[in-house]
Amino acid sequence: MGLQGDRQPAANSRGSEKMADGAVGKDKCGEPRLVSLPLSRIRVIMKSSPEVSSINQEALVLTAKATELFVQYLATYSYRHGSGKEKKALTYSDLANTAEESETFQFLADILPKKILASKYLKMLKEKREDDEANDDESDNDEAES
Amino acid sequence: MAERPEDLNLPNAVITRIIKEALPDGVSISKEARSAISRAASVFVLYATSCANNFAMKGKRKTLNASDVLSAMEEMEFQRFITPLKEALEAYRREQKGKKEASEQKKKDKDKKPDSEEQDRSREEENDEDEERLEEEEQNEEEEVDN
Repeated sequence: MGLQGDRQPAANSRGSEKMADGAVGKDKCGEPRLVSLPLSRIRVIMKSSPEVSSINQEALVLTAKATELFVQYLATYSYRHGSGKEKKALTYSDLANTAEESETFQFLADILPKKILASKYLKMLKEKREDDEANDDESDNDEAES
Repeated sequence: MAERPEDLNLPNAVITRIIKEALPDGVSISKEARSAISRAASVFVLYATSCANNFAMKGKRKTLNASDVLSAMEEMEFQRFITPLKEALEAYRREQKGKKEASEQKKKDKDKKPDSEEQDRSREEENDEDEERLEEEEQNEEEEVDN
């Protein structure tokens, strides 16, 4: 399995994966596919995990399906809890808030950091510096906290 | 890793469609939000894989299987996914079984030889759905005999 193969569009099927490719849309019988996300791509991501040796086809299908459920859940949760409800929009900050505030989605906190304006951040830094200086003045009287 | 960065991403079009179908009609999604969800999905795959792999290793297996993935969902506190996943697994297994039988049937048609022993064996293995197909086979046999 060469890496070049993964540059092909998701709907393409390689010989060995022709039964497994979860392409968008319907299959030959007109039934909606079990899974929309491309299994080949899911497999690449799974294999990039160092300790993993091999993945059974069912595990691959379930992981793809779970990922779809996850996308749905993350989107609806963030929308419901987000400030965007009045605006009828889902924004990045809705997602960042979810990552920070929900325990379930906490594993996303590092990749979905909250954003603040640069000016606000600089102000925060300045305030912290002033606080630290004030503490230094008091440290002669109080015990140092460490 | 040797993978290119784009290989670890999921296709935008599919992600967008899943999001749109999940949200109420008329809700817009910023490009940034879409991209963030896509990245989150990739991270989810990694996290789920790592977690499932722990279960496989506990079971002294080198191959991740379906139950490892289900156990991982439990561990990650996505219990709500377990029922729909089990249903999907059932559907997938039925589909695979149907495909296997369809290709075996094609092989038999190609051979055009009544191999009654094989049919008896497969009759035991098959379930109700396949009784219809067996009737077809018997019909074919009759036609061949006539010829």
